[in-house]
Amino acid sequence: MTSTTAPPRPLPPALLHNLRRLTGDEKHDAAAHSTLDVLWVLHDRVLRLRPDDPAMPGRDRFLLSKGHGPASYYAVLATAGFFPEHWLDDLAGPTAPLGHHPDRLLVPGVEISSGSLGHGLPLAVGLARGLDLTGEAGDVHVLVGDAELDEGSNHEAIALAGRWGLRRLRCVVVDNASATLGWPGGIARRFEVEGWSSAHADAADHDALHAALTRPADGPHVTVVRAARKGA
Amino acid sequence: MRARFRTTMEQLLHQEPRTALVLADIGPLDLGRGTPVARRVVNVGIREQALVGVAAGLALAGLRPFVHSYAPFLVERPYEQLKLDLSHQDLGAVLVSIGASHDAASEGRTHQCPADVALVGALPGWRVHTPGHPDEAESLLRAAAAGDDRQYVRLAARPNPDPLPADGRLHVLRDGGGTAVLAIGPALAQTLPAVADLDVALAYTSTPWPLDADGLADLLRGRDRLVVVEPYLEASTAPQVVAALAGRAVGLTFAGVGRREVRRYGTPEDHDRWHGIDAAGIRRRVLAVG
Repeated sequence: MTSTTAPPRPLPPALLHNLRRLTGDEKHDAAAHSTLDVLWVLHDRVLRLRPDDPAMPGRDRFLLSKGHGPASYYAVLATAGFFPEHWLDDLAGPTAPLGHHPDRLLVPGVEISSGSLGHGLPLAVGLARGLDLTGEAGDVHVLVGDAELDEGSNHEAIALAGRWGLRRLRCVVVDNASATLGWPGGIARRFEVEGWSSAHADAADHDALHAALTRPADGPHVTVVRAARKGA
Repeated sequence: MRARFRTTMEQLLHQEPRTALVLADIGPLDLGRGTPVARRVVNVGIREQALVGVAAGLALAGLRPFVHSYAPFLVERPYEQLKLDLSHQDLGAVLVSIGASHDAASEGRTHQCPADVALVGALPGWRVHTPGHPDEAESLLRAAAAGDDRQYVRLAARPNPDPLPADGRLHVLRDGGGTAVLAIGPALAQTLPAVADLDVALAYTSTPWPLDADGLADLLRGRDRLVVVEPYLEASTAPQVVAALAGRAVGLTFAGVGRREVRRYGTPEDHDRWHGIDAAGIRRRVLAVG
């Protein structure tokens, strides 16, 4: 994409290096990865996680529902120290832990195995409800794509989370305008009518992202992140 | 069996703090009401995809979810959730269904689910139980509560006359000649009168998946015919039986619910007759291979 008008992003050089290492494509601009900014802000500034103890009790949970195209996710996890950076050099090889869809049994720090659309949000709702039942600490963050919201399973989950008032549940919708039929009234509206609070932020504005992702809420909270249009 | 599920589940909720019950507007919605355990009864409304997804999320939080609904809504509608949210995540849960095969005969095809055992059996890491008596159901549920694995407990409306050990093993009920008959779960009720005066061996199991391979090998020692009477889609047990026989030449007959859709209502007994798994039909099948 052309990047002449894009603002400079405060992404660390090590992260961008790791992303290029993974894709093997020097001209593949980081902005093409719609999830990169929000994944970095979450892992750098929001989530309470310990890379040396990825199963730490009381940690925040991050569920990547949008599991296709996980290059940004792997680059963020490697940069944050969850696994050795040399793993990035063998994507989807016969003995590689990193595949085209992440596997929670193979990758430290990955909470769910994803790739098929519409599974992460219902899992996150159950996890948030479960942590309420066990009394364990930690927020549950789940990242979905705007087109992924087409799946009916997500609408079941959005309604449940609202009715149950799941305060620890925080959803991020990365909106790269890829839903075929769109969302009249806006994506956030779908959540709001079910009792969620909402916020918007641009992917490139990391301070705004941080504020939106951490906004206090009495119930489930959604942040709709405007990213570059798919294919732009 | 469903009544026993309710009483057993209520006790498990009180005795096992990890236990949760996940429902979709069907089943004992009021379980534990007025007591602290009621918060572990989670009703998602009529949302069967979320039913399984939420159960898997509860398992991620360290709970032991029991998930209950009618078989078609528990297994067929959210099948990808069973595959991905539970199997692929390697998470444990206990599915407990009612509406086995044509137990809900008068409700029609929408409430019938003969293929559930074949479908669950096609997924990795599941154990499938088809208890034939409320006592068996209770002991299977209690054992499942103590585990972390994936189990499917298929409750039937018409029990066998007496309980047998529900320990995953194959139990020989009667010795006999060259043909062995294996009755699975509630199919024993019709199989007992079917073979009462025949010179055949009769064995029973309430756990068809995984099938007790050693028990089957023992049963077939000196025998060359096996008739499997199964209360679900015919030949659902075939992969387990064939694997247990390990290449032995044994004449096999599977007597179960046919694949064709019987577009009629009536009673479960009517459907047994139409599918040839009433006592007379089973007897014909056993004699045909003898």
